[in-house]
Amino acid sequence: MSAGARIWALHLAALALLAAGGVLLPAYHLTNFAKVMVLATYAMGYNIAFGYTGLLSLGHALFFGAGLYGAGMLVQHAGAAAGPAAIAGLLAGGAMAGVVGLLALRTQGVAFMIVTLMFAQAGYLTILYNTAWTRGDEGIVIAREARVLLGFDLSADLPRYFAAFALFAAGLVLKLWLVRSPSGRVMIALRENEERSRMLGYDPYARKLAALVISGLYAGAAGAAYGLLFGYVGASLASTQYSILPLLWVLLGGAGTVLGPFVGALLMFYLIDYSSAVTTASLLVVGVALVLLVLFAPKGILGTLRERWLKWLP
Amino acid sequence: MAAVTLLEARGLTRHFGGLKAVDGVDFTLAEGEIHALIGPNGAGKTTFVSLLCGRIPVQSGSIRFDGADITRMPAHRRVRRGIAYTFQITQVFANLTVFDNVALAVQRRGGHLAEETQAALSRVGLAERAGQIAGTLSYGHQRVLEIAMGLALQPRLLILDEPTQGLANAEIETFKDLVRQIVPETTVLLIEHNMDVVMDLAQRITVLNFGEVLATGTPEAIRANPAVQAAYLGG
Repeated sequence: MSAGARIWALHLAALALLAAGGVLLPAYHLTNFAKVMVLATYAMGYNIAFGYTGLLSLGHALFFGAGLYGAGMLVQHAGAAAGPAAIAGLLAGGAMAGVVGLLALRTQGVAFMIVTLMFAQAGYLTILYNTAWTRGDEGIVIAREARVLLGFDLSADLPRYFAAFALFAAGLVLKLWLVRSPSGRVMIALRENEERSRMLGYDPYARKLAALVISGLYAGAAGAAYGLLFGYVGASLASTQYSILPLLWVLLGGAGTVLGPFVGALLMFYLIDYSSAVTTASLLVVGVALVLLVLFAPKGILGTLRERWLKWLP
Repeated sequence: MAAVTLLEARGLTRHFGGLKAVDGVDFTLAEGEIHALIGPNGAGKTTFVSLLCGRIPVQSGSIRFDGADITRMPAHRRVRRGIAYTFQITQVFANLTVFDNVALAVQRRGGHLAEETQAALSRVGLAERAGQIAGTLSYGHQRVLEIAMGLALQPRLLILDEPTQGLANAEIETFKDLVRQIVPETTVLLIEHNMDVVMDLAQRITVLNFGEVLATGTPEAIRANPAVQAAYLGG
């Protein structure tokens, strides 16, 4: 089997497993997995910026929030249907990333982290204070009637699972194609050595902006899906916490790996889920897990697998 | 020799605080020549070529390349116009494969990726190592890879910053053959400390000292120049 065929076979097999999960999983896990797949889509977008292009953003909650509110407010105030709302969310995420990127990408490293963090914080406060539009602290509850896509009721377990799966599958296939394409090679080159890339004739600013916009589109799509599938659009989902979470999922699963964000999001989700059944200090368990990760597998789960055994893993 | 001028710098200047790294340098490169840039450590050689390729912004003066003013043009656009620079301190993508390193150069100009990348690697003798991670290559091979990346851009002007530094004698011979092969399609500007390489390859030599041009001429003229001998050749 050629290297390319092997890679596609692995990722399509992973998707087939998830599709089978829609039939096999009990209802409780069906909801969990739907949530994980949406959040993993968000994390895949984060990984395109951070894991592949080397842009350590601390402001992705702004793009996720743009997707959430782009979709949610359109439903709330204009009575839009789920389909147009989802597209609006996708575009809102990309546009927000473009605007922030235009300014933030003038900085690098720590300054980039701080600038993106500040933009996200400004966005969060804007959501919080513009109560007439966003319903502030309370957030927007999207009515069940509005959560219908192509005739499927997205509030029901099975359609919700497969809607999340469709989003995740599209995101995964697109990402796998992107990172193995010539453009993906340039993104990785920028991460590895920006100056050398520039002296090969690539415009770092334009390339990084493009990567950030793609990343924002993922975040926007995931945000819109989150609102439409789970019926709630709230300011807490656009808080700093939601900028840090995708970073943690990506680090846990393996930065710069295609499946890593899903693995990371899934593990973290169930780690919190199971530990909070036992203790109220579930975040402590997460903290310990992260310390162990840094000590024994600093490249994340799939990153370590790739380093040791699966060198062909994209 | 009624050569066509490929690159022309006029009054090129770059100071760092009080240090006059490059100070009013006039310089011309004829199309198709091998031109060596020599001078003592700290003479401003690397700063000068960094101004030419756009890594460092010009303070004053002007640069014309192939008839167009490129003084304010960003570095990546100069590369597209045909100015390639290979780094003094090896800057290959250490975590990528040898193939990917060269492919990045090939794909930028829209070449046929697999074929041309392999061809560029064969040319420098790295074809067998295409799948190897670049950072695990020996130092000499990394230098050669750096040159292969420059060549794969198929530039009009290739600027080589101390390319033979750290190379074994046999590798230096291979390098010299390589440079002879690429002229006159490619013009070569070479910063070099190894005088044997300079005298062997260069058709013209420019000597920099304290950021200024001390002399320009053929290898024979430079060798015979008393000012150059005093400043540099250890005469």
